[in-house]
Amino acid sequence: MTSGIDLEMSFTQGLQNLGLSHQLAHLLWIPLPMLLVLVAAVIGVLVTVWLERKISAAAQQRIGPEYAGALGILQPMADGLKLLVKEDIIPARADSFLFTVGPILVLVPVILSWLIVPFGQNLLISNVGIGIFLWIALSSIQPIGLLMSGYSSNNKYSLLGGLRAAAQSISYEIPLALAVLAVVMMSNSLSTVDIVEQQNTAGFLSWNIWRQPVGFIIFWICALAECERLPFDLPEAEEELVAGYQTEYAGMKFALFYLAGYINLVLSALLVSVLYLGGWGFPISIDWFSSLIGLSIENPLVQIIAGSMGIVMTVLKAYLLVFLAILLRWTTPRVRIDQLLDLGWKFLLPISLVNLLVTASLKLVFPMTFGG
Amino acid sequence: MNLAYSAELICFLILSSIIVAGSLAVVLLENIVYSAFLLGGVFMAVAGLYLLLNASFVAAAQILVYVGAVNVLILFAIMLVNKKEKLKPIEGLKTRKILSGAICSGLLVLLLRVSIITKWNIPGPASIGEKATERIGEHLFTDYLLPFELASILLLMAMIGAIVLARRDISNEPSKINDFNNGKSLTEKEIPLLSENTLK
Repeated sequence: MTSGIDLEMSFTQGLQNLGLSHQLAHLLWIPLPMLLVLVAAVIGVLVTVWLERKISAAAQQRIGPEYAGALGILQPMADGLKLLVKEDIIPARADSFLFTVGPILVLVPVILSWLIVPFGQNLLISNVGIGIFLWIALSSIQPIGLLMSGYSSNNKYSLLGGLRAAAQSISYEIPLALAVLAVVMMSNSLSTVDIVEQQNTAGFLSWNIWRQPVGFIIFWICALAECERLPFDLPEAEEELVAGYQTEYAGMKFALFYLAGYINLVLSALLVSVLYLGGWGFPISIDWFSSLIGLSIENPLVQIIAGSMGIVMTVLKAYLLVFLAILLRWTTPRVRIDQLLDLGWKFLLPISLVNLLVTASLKLVFPMTFGG
Repeated sequence: MNLAYSAELICFLILSSIIVAGSLAVVLLENIVYSAFLLGGVFMAVAGLYLLLNASFVAAAQILVYVGAVNVLILFAIMLVNKKEKLKPIEGLKTRKILSGAICSGLLVLLLRVSIITKWNIPGPASIGEKATERIGEHLFTDYLLPFELASILLLMAMIGAIVLARRDISNEPSKINDFNNGKSLTEKEIPLLSENTLK
């Protein structure tokens, strides 16, 4: 496998040629990918919000946002601007400190998890060895923020919403982690880069979705539940709880919850594409493609095309899944809380355990196809 | 003194001051909810210390287990039973506080003495970085197999115990639950809030 384009090395090399020290060049490099990913996450949210409004309108035979920009494409920006200038209200009897910290604690772990999302061979912030495990660990911080905001609002609906959110997030984390574990077992690595590379040996035929169909479905259901998307949006069930833990929030603090929800959705879609749909890989093998146009894979042109196509492929796969999630939201009714917990504990958990066991035995029997 | 070393030193100082101040606040604060949230903060700072020691797997496991499970459960327990009632003043609270303070500071002096007297092997063994996950797995399935299995049996026992305790509808007669005629409501203590019968 070739190392591909290494932007960091060329950037620091370029700065060192300008006469800066190695350390200073490295220091200048560090914030760049973080900023880039932050911007990418926010733009991803804006696109998702626009898609959500347009697709929901289409599902209900409305037009949807129309006047802000062509096809209403600037509508999410207008929404964001409105939330930005709104008054920041803290209820009189609320605990103002916890009330402020809560939304931050919900948003920060979600953004931190983008650390491990790869858009290409070297196109990720940090190829940490524990990779996907870091995401599972970080997403377990979120319930604390939800409980905090639910408690500090001093409102019974908020408290119930917070408790529901935490309960839901805890119960779906387990089948989610078990589904991920089956993938990790096949690729012998926790690193997201290794997981993608192991899937890109023979085009789309080697994607994990063919080897882990059950795991894929479990992961997707759990990801939707973790994002509190509509078959599973009980924490903010309007008819029962007003708006759940975000009832008392307004302005930018509400926007933080909103942002965290959508960033989490995009992140989950990206991770499904990384774990099961071959990440940045093409449906056809890149080696075969480069030999077709008669250029070596080491050729800079091929590398640049492959790199940019990798980003496009990752984003495309992720947005197909986002589209699916939006369609699901506007076409399915909400489950009851006991149905939700039954589904998590009595159905998904045993199934994911069986899936893990079957994967392990298949790995022993067919080490070639299931990663020996 | 290079960049990496000074960054590490600054991180260490910040993290350890968070841990010390946070743990003191966990013990000393009157509001139990604040204590619980601060406990989560302390756990996260400890995970940060592990990260500084190049033990990223242990750090992630620390967050997953202590912050994601233990602390959330503590918060759950506090919020489900959070009754706003005045606690009865305990007799002789002052002497109790002084006594426990003295014991704790004695322990602190003992630990400080140990940490000063011991000849630490500085610098310690080179860290294996990303290989640590594999190494932990190897140890768990070879020389630490027995403690690992014993711990899992302990957890299984705790789980079965929790299920038995939670399914109080076995001991409670079904008619007692939702008996609104006799003025009993779900908030009364002997009726479980989330038993099978209430959900159906």
